[in-house]
Amino acid sequence: MTVTRPLAGTLSVLDRPNSYIGKTVPRPNLDRLLQGRGQYVSDLELPRMAHVVFLRSPYAHAKIVAIDADVAKRMSGVIAIVTGRELEAVITPWVGVLSHLKGLKSAPQHAIAVDRACWQGEAVAAIVATSRAAAEDAMEHISADYEELEAITDMRTALDPATHVIHPSLGDNLAFERTLNAGDVDRALLGSEVVEADFVFGRHTGVTLEPRAVVADWNAAEARLTIYQGTQAPHMVQNIAALHLGLREAQVRVICKDVGGSFGIKVHIYADEMATYALSKLLRRPIKFVADRVESFNTDIHARDHRCRGRIGVRPDGTITVFEIDDLTGIGPYSMYPRTSAIEANQVVNLVGGPYVTPNYRARARVVFQNKNVMCQYRAVGHPIACSVTEGLVDLAAAKIGMDPVEIRRRNLIADDAYPCASPSGMKFEQLSHHASLAKLLQMMDYDALRAEQAALRARNVHRGIGIASFIEVTNPSAAFYGVGGAKISSQDGVAVRLDAQGSVICQTSITEQGQGSESSTAQIVGSVLGVSMDRVRVTLGDTDNTPYGGGTWASRGAGIGGEAALQAAKALRQNILDLAAAILQSTPAELDIVNNSIINAGDGAPRMELNELARIVYFRPDTLPPGIQPELMATRHFVPRQYPFAFTNGIQASWLEVDPETGLVTLLKHWVVEDCGTIINPQLVDEQIRGGVVQGLGAALFEKCVYDERGQLTNANMADYLVPMSGEMPDIDIGHVVSPTRESELGAKGAGEAGTAGAAAAVANAVNDALRPFGTIITEIPLTPQVILTALGRI
Amino acid sequence: MSAPVSVSLLVNGEPIDAVVLPRLNLADFIREHLKLTGTHVGCEHGVCGACTVRVDGEIVRSCLMLTVQAQGASVETIEGLSDSGEIADLQAAFRERNALQCGYCTPGMLMTAQDLLKHVSMPDRPAIREHLSGNYCRCTGYQAIVDAVEATARTRAERRA
Amino acid sequence: MKAAAFAYARATSVVNALELLAAHGDKAKVLSGGQSLMPAMNLRLLSPDILVDIGGLAELRGIAVRGDVLVVGALTRHVDLLGSPEIALHAPLLRDAVAHVAHPAIRNRGTIGGSLAHADPASELPACVLALDATIVVRGPAGERRIAATEFFKGIYETALSPDELLVAVEVPVAGQGVAFFFQEYARRHGDYAIVGLAACAVVAAGSFSDLRLGFFAVGDRPVLAAAAGKLINASVTPALLAEATAALADELDPQEDQQATAAMRRHLAAVLLRRCAAALLARPELEKGATR
Repeated sequence: MTVTRPLAGTLSVLDRPNSYIGKTVPRPNLDRLLQGRGQYVSDLELPRMAHVVFLRSPYAHAKIVAIDADVAKRMSGVIAIVTGRELEAVITPWVGVLSHLKGLKSAPQHAIAVDRACWQGEAVAAIVATSRAAAEDAMEHISADYEELEAITDMRTALDPATHVIHPSLGDNLAFERTLNAGDVDRALLGSEVVEADFVFGRHTGVTLEPRAVVADWNAAEARLTIYQGTQAPHMVQNIAALHLGLREAQVRVICKDVGGSFGIKVHIYADEMATYALSKLLRRPIKFVADRVESFNTDIHARDHRCRGRIGVRPDGTITVFEIDDLTGIGPYSMYPRTSAIEANQVVNLVGGPYVTPNYRARARVVFQNKNVMCQYRAVGHPIACSVTEGLVDLAAAKIGMDPVEIRRRNLIADDAYPCASPSGMKFEQLSHHASLAKLLQMMDYDALRAEQAALRARNVHRGIGIASFIEVTNPSAAFYGVGGAKISSQDGVAVRLDAQGSVICQTSITEQGQGSESSTAQIVGSVLGVSMDRVRVTLGDTDNTPYGGGTWASRGAGIGGEAALQAAKALRQNILDLAAAILQSTPAELDIVNNSIINAGDGAPRMELNELARIVYFRPDTLPPGIQPELMATRHFVPRQYPFAFTNGIQASWLEVDPETGLVTLLKHWVVEDCGTIINPQLVDEQIRGGVVQGLGAALFEKCVYDERGQLTNANMADYLVPMSGEMPDIDIGHVVSPTRESELGAKGAGEAGTAGAAAAVANAVNDALRPFGTIITEIPLTPQVILTALGRI
Repeated sequence: MSAPVSVSLLVNGEPIDAVVLPRLNLADFIREHLKLTGTHVGCEHGVCGACTVRVDGEIVRSCLMLTVQAQGASVETIEGLSDSGEIADLQAAFRERNALQCGYCTPGMLMTAQDLLKHVSMPDRPAIREHLSGNYCRCTGYQAIVDAVEATARTRAERRA
Repeated sequence: MKAAAFAYARATSVVNALELLAAHGDKAKVLSGGQSLMPAMNLRLLSPDILVDIGGLAELRGIAVRGDVLVVGALTRHVDLLGSPEIALHAPLLRDAVAHVAHPAIRNRGTIGGSLAHADPASELPACVLALDATIVVRGPAGERRIAATEFFKGIYETALSPDELLVAVEVPVAGQGVAFFFQEYARRHGDYAIVGLAACAVVAAGSFSDLRLGFFAVGDRPVLAAAAGKLINASVTPALLAEATAALADELDPQEDQQATAAMRRHLAAVLLRRCAAALLARPELEKGATR
């Protein structure tokens, strides 16, 4: 590990004896999952619970003429069949816009479509029955009469005057447009070599192994709705459900136990989930909705369907003079609620060229409506697009002037001592480490030896390639992300820590766990700061009744923001404990410390009192305390970054692969990542976040694509036809770190959850082009399927 | 038509007599009738591997098998393998290596890994990757799982030696 | 995603199974391993009125050598083919092919009879039985009949089996002296259906083919025994001759287009397979490159 900049001053609260910070500690909640004792929403059953299945539009765009459910309603096990019009009485529609994304527009969306369906898969009726199978049986007997309307499927023609407007009240199919012009692009282009390319990205989706699942339980007697849901943001769900059901937030409790994968898929509010809440209220009983796999493909948000024209200017000495992009993306018929579907394009504009010093940058991004499933934020939002375009262009520029891809990066990456600084798009960088990361990467992969091996193999007609991709990553978002735009999505998090009567610690946090290790990192921080062993720290999360108010786990914010709140709460409790111990022991807080569950003398380490003894006195013999002392063995702290809108991280990836030019098949041989997420709380958890993220990017690079036909039908909505990465094709991934802690927090941690996904596809695409260099072909489209590669090679 | 059928089988060693509709697949039977929710359902069309269980000692996709086909069979789920201690070392290796994140694929992954280790004492990494290639994990990127299986194979071999 | 309701009958014998099939006609489906049938039913792509479960019929199990014929019972599972010493000795092509079929948990249930009767044009075993010149043994109300593999596959999921017949066994000629096999398929991931695949059976003598049977799969509506193989038999295989054969192969195939590949790509990959097959079987790596570009 390379530390570019140590934390200022003397020992921090984290550098304590028996600290868990920076150590690999197994996650405390794993045995439950390993023994099949997890509690996922799909496992949950409640008394009187019924199951809902949604009849979904078979057309991408259609008027709903009539829905005849008379036969279905009489079938065995059927409880109710509810249309959009009927459900309107219980739940109001919504519009997915944010005020800071100027000009963003969308149309009102209903929990169940009313009059018109706008994508294949939009729900048009709900069938509630005693079992999922019975509901599916009844669904086959509903006769729905549609009048098919023209489907807008090609984003390239969505804005043509001749193209039908999906929502006439909006005037056109343009949801959002942003332009940016920094420096003097036109002047910089004079005297530069210019290379252009069209980058095309496959629409893909999250494919969480547990589909979206919700159980909504309206208790009419209590006038309270309990929502059990696999979500990343319980308080956001609480707010939205209350808002649209006409309830106060206090009437809604959201509980989120184990979640079978999320990756941004489960940070949104889906229409069918809203319908499930409403159906519970309407029918006054618990209703369960678990999407099946086909529904997941048709309704879980999609992402990355972009076409981006990119241009780069470069001088013969390797100086990159210009980045320019024109990005186009189709988001489906609605902007998703409540985070909107403009964020990805907005991020592309923010991030292109981000690692480099190039001051001249011109960008346009347009977001258009179409009759396909909605797109929205999925792991690494916008980053893979921006990184693939930027790094693809940098490689093209290097090839143009005959420079090694490493050398051109070395000459243009922002210097490690140039911080703080800002990008042409206005992104503020506190401290990044591009050059240290590059140096480390080259050492890990033994770049020169690999180049020699590549050359030797090429002579034997074996075509291997090396691809490199630098990236920056948005983490620890402040209110700049959503709050300023009017969304009730908290950017702060809270942690409450208390000492129980036997000297153990109960910790409640508003961040959530979907497998990242939120519970573990919280316990590590609290245990380290308090001086309590981790086995004595119990963490509660995912319950709006029993945690402080906060944002949850998304946008690589859990460790950085929730972790700092945990640190500050533990510090406060520690001070309270020491004050109390000083009073009991007739000492001073400065003379005492807490180590390994005991109060000790700070000077000589002599044990003074075990924490359980202190707790015993406080809770059961407060009469023996000195007069005037009111013990507070619970402390709560909240945290939100204020100085920087985002804590940017950086990193670099490399891919080593082989292409068979006869079959177009790509074999991934090895992948390397060097990443700088600041303070590392648990190295293993960070590495595994990165590995998992890389593999999602590798899926995008080689396999994943939602294939729509011209009528807007998703033609591969199953796991046999939509290819996700499996173990047989994935390489081993080596990971290294550079550490530049953020000074915004005492913890110094930035996020790491999306770094892997941000750069993996770019590295692979560059490696494929590197492998195919002897054939004189460049491919700027992913996924890099055999069909794409063989076509580019002119083999077919 | 489609009348319920009686079926008798062993589940984790316990004799079970049930009357089920023919269409009820083994995964739903295990989860909904026996409340053994450790067996997960991810795709219901035989691709993801989350519902992998053992039937008469061999791994199968329980979403691709009818309950009535298990007549007379011995079915073992993650709960059974956990309680018997059969895979305690494998589970420990997964824990040490953080070879799971959300945990949803994990029961099926453990079933499949144990199946490999029963058949091949020291599989190399490509063999591990191949044997697990029908079990989808979206979280880990697989490397940690391969590491954990490899480590378990090694410790078992040392124990035998 | 739950299967529609159906009735279930557990056949007690082949005769009983045939009675059930006769009684229910095309409203019945035979349930063998169920590894293709169950996904289709869960997705409600298929909703038979009744399933006739033949899984318990011991008489359909087992692999035996009878004279110069290897008899493989219909219920022989993929995993059995993988592990069988008889298969390894007499028809290793089947073993090599099965390693590419899906994944272990599927291979533990899927059967050879089920695979052949299902007749998915992209699956491995139908192409193997073509290459092996096998005979499909079926039993019906009128008794037993033997169908040459070349006559068995009629289209996508269509075979010469009638609804009241049951596939009971496959007879494979025991591999003789000088017989060599080649199996390769191109799939994007391990265990996926092939984009294009080739199961080949050859007799190689003195550096040339005295027989060559090329069973291509995923190249049309059924597995194809390529006539182009004839060009390479009893001839000195040169890059030019191989190019002639691959051109003939491209003419002969009528591949479908799907999400994985266009027809042109399938023809291209079939040609690559043919070159690689010839190079491997004749142990002449230079043939692999062909007379191209």
